[in-house]
Amino acid sequence: MTAFARNQWYVAAYGREVGRDLLARTVLGEPIAFYRTEDEEQRVVALADRCVHRRFPLSESRLDGDRVVCGYHGFTYDTTGTCVYVPGQRRIPRTARVNSYPVVEQDTFVWVWIGDPELADSAAVPRAPHLADGENWTSVSGMEPIDADYGLLVDNLLDLSHETYLHGGYIGTPEVAETPITTEVDEAGAIVRVSRHMDDAECPPFYARSTGIEGRITRHQDIEYLAPCLYLLHSRITPAGQEAPAFHTEITYAITPSTEGSVYDFWAVSRDFARDDEEVTTFLHDFNHTVVMQDVDALNLLQRALATEPAGYQELSINIDTGGLAARRILARLAEQKQ
Amino acid sequence: MTTGSGPAAGEVYRVHWLPGTDLLHGSCHCGAEHTDDDPVEMWGWMLTHEHRHEESHR
Repeated sequence: MTAFARNQWYVAAYGREVGRDLLARTVLGEPIAFYRTEDEEQRVVALADRCVHRRFPLSESRLDGDRVVCGYHGFTYDTTGTCVYVPGQRRIPRTARVNSYPVVEQDTFVWVWIGDPELADSAAVPRAPHLADGENWTSVSGMEPIDADYGLLVDNLLDLSHETYLHGGYIGTPEVAETPITTEVDEAGAIVRVSRHMDDAECPPFYARSTGIEGRITRHQDIEYLAPCLYLLHSRITPAGQEAPAFHTEITYAITPSTEGSVYDFWAVSRDFARDDEEVTTFLHDFNHTVVMQDVDALNLLQRALATEPAGYQELSINIDTGGLAARRILARLAEQKQ
Repeated sequence: MTTGSGPAAGEVYRVHWLPGTDLLHGSCHCGAEHTDDDPVEMWGWMLTHEHRHEESHR
């Protein structure tokens, strides 16, 4: 299994998912309950999702104002996780509190800090500004849980040659797998960049149907993986014979390990063309959801297959894996140095 | 090289897959270069070769 990198920011939810109903998410094995305060600030609160008393999930409880009242015996917690009421007695034990997690709501995501709260720097949250820039971009998004080691999703996204085979007829064409890549690793930033520039490529249905392009295209895929969680694919499509890129698409993923064998796959597609066209919006949402589900099904299957392999099974890596191998090494370093 | 205290700013490694070949060409931030046909070997070299700036300090 790919080791977890603690002391990092992770996407736990979209802001739209968090409201006055408690939301349960497990991030790096830590169950967390999210809700929004009812004051003007409507701040997102993240508390450990286990009552200190008998470990009942607080996410299955109720809110009283901005306090969480445990649904089992009524232990009541404020937004800092401090217990402010226990049933039947006045003395509240000193140890009656649950962890509260640092949270930043940014770029439509709710980011949570997993690790030592003293080390949380809200200025270090990775950015995906296009997601919140409704003036210049139109976005569709979703989230799918996958029953697989999060490293399998990182592998999948860093090597887009699989588009040709797993997503043929959707986003893949023969040129993706055939075109050499360049890989760049920024050690200090823990960033892996993988670029594939196709000068004369078939236009896959994903772009043909959203842009109206009928002929061949120049297609640039420039990946930035800001380990461990945020993945940005800057996609530029230009009809053959034109000079400037005509269609920009930002494909965003947040890769959030849930448990050792499961991962949240947050996905979004943002475009700078046909921005007010509802048909294009619906098409890109539904089409990309289909593509994501192809990955979900493949990775669920792969994880089940790997589970039957003896320990220390062999893999074979070739040139297409250069970026994925770099990402694995960065993740191993982050996991090692921040324990 | 990466250390326990973390890498320094400006440590960038690049690997180009040479078009029309099966070869990878790697360049380290220290200026060293290496060609290989195996990405595992390439990253192994990248992380273990003797950096040029270290040599120049001797």
